[in-house]
Amino acid sequence: MDLATLWAFILAFAIFTYVVLDGFDLGIGILFPFLQPGRHRDLAMNSVAPVWDGNETWLVLGGGALLAAFPLAYAIIMPALYAPIVAMLLALIFRGVAFEFRWRDVRHQKIWDFSFAGGSMLAAFAQGIALGALLQGVAVEGRQYSGGWWDWLSPFSVLTGVSLVAGYALLGSTWLIMKTEGSLQEHAFRHARISGIVTVICIGAVSLATPFLEEAYYEHWFAWPNVLFTAQVPLLVAIVTVALAVSLTRRYERLPFVLGLSLFALSMAGLGISIFPNIVPSRVSIDDAAAPRSSLLFMLIGAGILIPTILAYTAYSYWTFRGKVDHEGYH
Amino acid sequence: MFEGFDALLLARIQFAFTVSFHFIFPAFTIGLASYLAVLEGLWLWSGRAIFLDLFHYWIKIFALSFAMGVVSGIVLTYQFGTNWSVFSDRAGPIVGPLMAYEVLTAFFLEAGFLGIMLFGMTRVGKGLHFAATLAVAAGTLFSAFWIIAANSWMQTPVGHSISSSGQFVPTDWWQIIFNPSFPYRLIHTVLGAYLTTALVVGAVGAWHLLRAPNNAGARVMFSMAMGMVVSVAPIQAVMGDFHGLNTLKHQPTKIMAIEGHFESYPGGAPLYLFGFPDREAAAVRYPLAIPKLGSLILHHSFTAPIEGLKTVAREEWPPVGIVFWSFRVMVGLGLLMIALGGLALLARIRGRLYEWRILLLFAVAMGPAGFVAVIAGWVTTEVGRQPYTVYRLLRTAESASPLDAPAVASSLLAFIVVYFAVFSVGAWYILRLMSHAPAMAEPGLESGDVPIRTAGITPASAIDPDRTIGAKRI
Repeated sequence: MDLATLWAFILAFAIFTYVVLDGFDLGIGILFPFLQPGRHRDLAMNSVAPVWDGNETWLVLGGGALLAAFPLAYAIIMPALYAPIVAMLLALIFRGVAFEFRWRDVRHQKIWDFSFAGGSMLAAFAQGIALGALLQGVAVEGRQYSGGWWDWLSPFSVLTGVSLVAGYALLGSTWLIMKTEGSLQEHAFRHARISGIVTVICIGAVSLATPFLEEAYYEHWFAWPNVLFTAQVPLLVAIVTVALAVSLTRRYERLPFVLGLSLFALSMAGLGISIFPNIVPSRVSIDDAAAPRSSLLFMLIGAGILIPTILAYTAYSYWTFRGKVDHEGYH
Repeated sequence: MFEGFDALLLARIQFAFTVSFHFIFPAFTIGLASYLAVLEGLWLWSGRAIFLDLFHYWIKIFALSFAMGVVSGIVLTYQFGTNWSVFSDRAGPIVGPLMAYEVLTAFFLEAGFLGIMLFGMTRVGKGLHFAATLAVAAGTLFSAFWIIAANSWMQTPVGHSISSSGQFVPTDWWQIIFNPSFPYRLIHTVLGAYLTTALVVGAVGAWHLLRAPNNAGARVMFSMAMGMVVSVAPIQAVMGDFHGLNTLKHQPTKIMAIEGHFESYPGGAPLYLFGFPDREAAAVRYPLAIPKLGSLILHHSFTAPIEGLKTVAREEWPPVGIVFWSFRVMVGLGLLMIALGGLALLARIRGRLYEWRILLLFAVAMGPAGFVAVIAGWVTTEVGRQPYTVYRLLRTAESASPLDAPAVASSLLAFIVVYFAVFSVGAWYILRLMSHAPAMAEPGLESGDVPIRTAGITPASAIDPDRTIGAKRI
């Protein structure tokens, strides 16, 4: 495997880690308006409070690594997704400080609850929009984005935006099933069923639409004999969906979260099948966008040592805060 | 509101705004993290409880500042792409890896140990906790190291070649990181951060001494802060001089703009103390100048010739007025800091450090001076690099994204509104914490019955016990 492809996989790994980790804590924010004010909301927020900051650092790594390893792709994608990215950044500010301010200003707690929920929803929706806008294709001329600043808005990108909100809500609710008990867990089961149904419908709709966005996508999915391989993805989605329904009905506590993550992993694999070997879909390939070898190599040394270290720390942190949250928090 | 502005100017304003706003937090937390490590170290070494009390007092303020630094910093990672896409494409192979190393070495290190530092005092051993505090302090310094390496390379670019597609291709990473201006810039910035923190700590100490002259915690923090100011402020002035000489060697037009030298002075240049540089007329209006002093400062000789901006093409000139004035603000505040340190030393010798009201009032007034000086210094160096993003190699006008003005204008407006709304609330909380006098057996972040959370997240009751009790009363 050449260095550029290796970096594409490292980048995909960083993005997937971000989605896995920040997905469920954004999901808690998305569910927030549907949780009872007071105890339930406190518990839900405390279940993610120890870990959300580390989770979000993967977003910074994703942006930084894209700039460093694929500067051309970064230079084209960011202006193309200008509005959704700015919206996401502003939403993340509100959401991030809400963790801090909600507890100390009891009189204005409603405002910070609103900031937390609104910020989480907007951030998730904007990320989904960005993904959809990228998939539907961006206009490129030379080494620059050449479209308008509203190009990102289309029925397809709104669909992917809604999908990601629903998917994160599924991760959030299955996380709560795992981390809580009693009446809050009951609510979480109900939220998981609803968001699970919406998520699966969305995955279906996006999957049906995607091959027709670009001819290349259609080729990647349906060309013989590729189709024997690619057909496994929808098949696995169907199996995971059934398993999720069963696990929710039988009130398994850990399995639904794992199955929710599996849906994301399969969607990500599907995305990879559509896009690869491009990085700006159908416009710029991984090789064309890659930084010079000296840059890729210099970073690979650091990434090779530091990413495993970071993963080890992250695992330790989750281990420290394992088990159900109760009202006493982590004392 | 933004009619008549073009997208380039708006993008520059947006970058200046978001970076300056963000820079306030690291300028404070770099110094504060080290201060906390010193306090904890002194406590472990001497066993005196007062150092632990002060550690607990300042860690609450640190937690808040750090959280705001994090959220305002995420914006910058993405802004290079949204507003400066051509720069990202061309300089990305060099600037990108340096920033990626910042994330990998600094951000994750901070995120990793912040939780233990904030909440782990009662859960891990003393040694491990101290190690966590040191790790966070090291993380803030690593962060400064990488970001200043990237910035310095943009000021004095070396160690690269330029490819056929116009990209900067790294050829020697050692040269890129340790580029000619890097050591001066790093030391000057880190000392600036230490001074900023010392002035804030000194102002808080002085404020409480004015109200209660016998408060033991206030005495210690004031004494330590003044010790820092008196020893570091003069060193900073010397470092600033070295940095200036380095800039003269590598970025002469920046020095010309700082000095307000439009003309050349073959027989020795004057130093303009004040005046209004007029870029159009290429002259300084209403000047107050000391003859020959400019040559003395820059070349350590009264008669050394100095060239002016008129020797270079006009399109190479930085905005003279901004650079001229921001430099004077920085140096003026630096001189006031030296004066404050000198007065404090005098008061200490005469045994009146904690009673001399004029000194205490002066220290309170100087509380925000570090922030202003650090931002003024940053403006001097960044605006002085204009009209280039990568000095003499890539023009600012050629670095921007192909965007319409309304897009940049509306995002700029959104950033301004959100930043002022969110961060003024945060600043209000910090000021409220500072208004609370340091107490004996100061509670740490672990106390209180609100759930303990990590990574810059602080429970209400632990941050501000009075507040929770007050809220219950309401």
